[in-house]
Amino acid sequence: MSDTTGYLDMDLLRLTTAGSVDDGKSTLIGRLLYDSKNTFDDQMEAVESSSAKRGDENINLALLTDGLKAEREQGITIDVAYRYFATPKRKFIISDTPGHIQYTRNMVTGASTANLAIILVDARHGVIEQTMRHAFIASLLRIQHIVICVNKMDLVDYSEEAYNAVVEGFKQFASRLQNVVDVSFIPISALKGDNVVDPSENMDWYKGSTLLYHLETVYVGNQENHVEARFPVQWVIRPQSDEHHDFRGFAGRVAGGVFKPGDEIIVHPSGFTTKIKKIYSAEDEVEEAFSPLSVTMTTEDEIDICRGNMITKTNNLPEVSQNMDAMICWFSESVKLTNKAKYIIRHTSNEARAAVVEIKYKVNINTLHKIEDDKDFNLNDIGKISLRTSVPLIYDSYKKNRATGSFILVDPQTNETIAAGMIV
Amino acid sequence: MENYNLSHLKQLESEAIFVLREAAAQFDKPALLFSGGKDSIVMAYLAHKAFYPARIPFPLVHIDTGHNFAECLTFRDAFVEKYKTKLVVGSVQKSIDDGEAKEETGANASRNALQIVTLLDTIEKNNFDAAGGGGRRDEEKARAKERFFSHRNDFGEWQPQNQRPELWNIFNGRKQHGEHFRFFPISNWTEMDIWQYVKAEGIELPSLYFAREREVVERGGTLLEVNELIQPRDGEEVKTLMTRYRTMGDATITGAVLSDATCLDAIIEEVASARETERGNRADDKRSETSMEDRKKEGYF
Repeated sequence: MSDTTGYLDMDLLRLTTAGSVDDGKSTLIGRLLYDSKNTFDDQMEAVESSSAKRGDENINLALLTDGLKAEREQGITIDVAYRYFATPKRKFIISDTPGHIQYTRNMVTGASTANLAIILVDARHGVIEQTMRHAFIASLLRIQHIVICVNKMDLVDYSEEAYNAVVEGFKQFASRLQNVVDVSFIPISALKGDNVVDPSENMDWYKGSTLLYHLETVYVGNQENHVEARFPVQWVIRPQSDEHHDFRGFAGRVAGGVFKPGDEIIVHPSGFTTKIKKIYSAEDEVEEAFSPLSVTMTTEDEIDICRGNMITKTNNLPEVSQNMDAMICWFSESVKLTNKAKYIIRHTSNEARAAVVEIKYKVNINTLHKIEDDKDFNLNDIGKISLRTSVPLIYDSYKKNRATGSFILVDPQTNETIAAGMIV
Repeated sequence: MENYNLSHLKQLESEAIFVLREAAAQFDKPALLFSGGKDSIVMAYLAHKAFYPARIPFPLVHIDTGHNFAECLTFRDAFVEKYKTKLVVGSVQKSIDDGEAKEETGANASRNALQIVTLLDTIEKNNFDAAGGGGRRDEEKARAKERFFSHRNDFGEWQPQNQRPELWNIFNGRKQHGEHFRFFPISNWTEMDIWQYVKAEGIELPSLYFAREREVVERGGTLLEVNELIQPRDGEEVKTLMTRYRTMGDATITGAVLSDATCLDAIIEEVASARETERGNRADDKRSETSMEDRKKEGYF
């Protein structure tokens, strides 16, 4: 039999793609899927027949990713779509985020779970305002790796000068960004396939890796926080059966650090302390639990613990407070951000009411300048606010921990998600 | 520094368990949709893991088309028995008898679309406010746009252009009276992930998934096994071929594929080299390019 165990050792890379409307995102994803042999015959037949129907000259690989009827009719992407492919080295999850009117909202959504962002730049136009927006959002959401794909190299005669101009343009801008850990540049043609999966024969001057090779080899182990131990309680397991009469387990997903049986723990916000008795992964007892594992813990002492509480170790404590500052991205066209309204805040496994104490500033995401005279938040606006919540939240800064530093705001009237927040 | 990297399967398992626990916590009366196919079996198995040693806190809901593979029903009952869960059956036949759904006619008639009526009816009659499904985003292009927590309006409809953004792993399950949610714990799994996980965990599946000699007729490019629902039509030749099923749908239209894969290792190898998508053998998806999108908007799984 063939060796199927190899697949069990694969790791996972979550990536997001960003670019302006005609930068060729869908074509790039289609090309990645097609050239890495992750497409199927019946899919390709459907794409061929759709391409013919639209009168496209070549097989339009972008159609591999365009999902809904309205999108194909209008040639746009409406909403974040998720794509999957695998090579023998890695499994990949792509959040494909569209570049139309709700695009900041969509890119923030796609970026929130990504380890890597691909930002497409049209080699003919160079670094434009939108490139800077995309890079700003990627850095705001603290994506570890950014890959600038200089696309449409075929339209600039595969010119090294055109490529270098983009690289220089981006570097100048990126010096103003915070948080960016790792930026790579790759000249590609998604349409023709240069440097996507196969090395280009048209760009001898480029000695770096292809996009796929980069995606397969980039180090992804650094996204999780393994220092500050955090365990938001999602659910209390009480079987109340004869066999497990006294069992009381606290179920959740480790959001940071490492927990072991015998560890001294503190429950927030009550402040009670005890020790971990056992840690279970379903039926099995485990010796340690780290993020992002879902486990169930039991404690030495019977203390009151419920959903919304957070278990941590006794060192490196989180903030426990009703007041916090945050960067937010506003998602609603109809609901306004005001300091009169009460919103619902969802943070880890907790839900509370939240009021805006102060709107500090908005960010002009093209120039990164602060706007302090216009504090009207509209769809896609990003800025800084101060919040007060009805109960204490147990949090860290987003910089320290993505899981305990993030929240959403919900409009209590419509139940719509109206903002994403990152605690400063 | 120790190595705290998780394999992709462990990450997917952990994510699915997280989603199942969120559903249990955020909804008043959630249920799991269970067809007896591999995806719903894996989802229910993950629910067992998520709440162990307590029982699965969701009833299993089977939308019975009346066009079942007999083995799926046996399997379903054995699963319910083993995990001591509650089973709720919604019958498409009853919806037809009550005049709520109308049987399709014609050569490729199936009961796939009729399930929407029965499903929405079952959700309403049982006051379920959320129904978990084994849908995966890699299956089909409309499913690629799904959220983990997917809002349905009071008509049970999905509005793909007006979905709530879903950030990090913070799910917004808030709703008005009469609305409900679907939740999809294995959204991020691919067909390959399912098979690898089935193997790694030793999960039992119906034997339909494994190759053996079956008597089949070829109809519309699909191999259909001859049984009480499928009888050869004039001019159709019954052949005995090594086949297996990649999906379980309406038994009158779900085709088998030629395969020698009699064990999990062979299936994993076959999936790795497959040239057709797994739903390529389902006539319901072949009707038009948007058939899944249209059905989902009306309230399909």
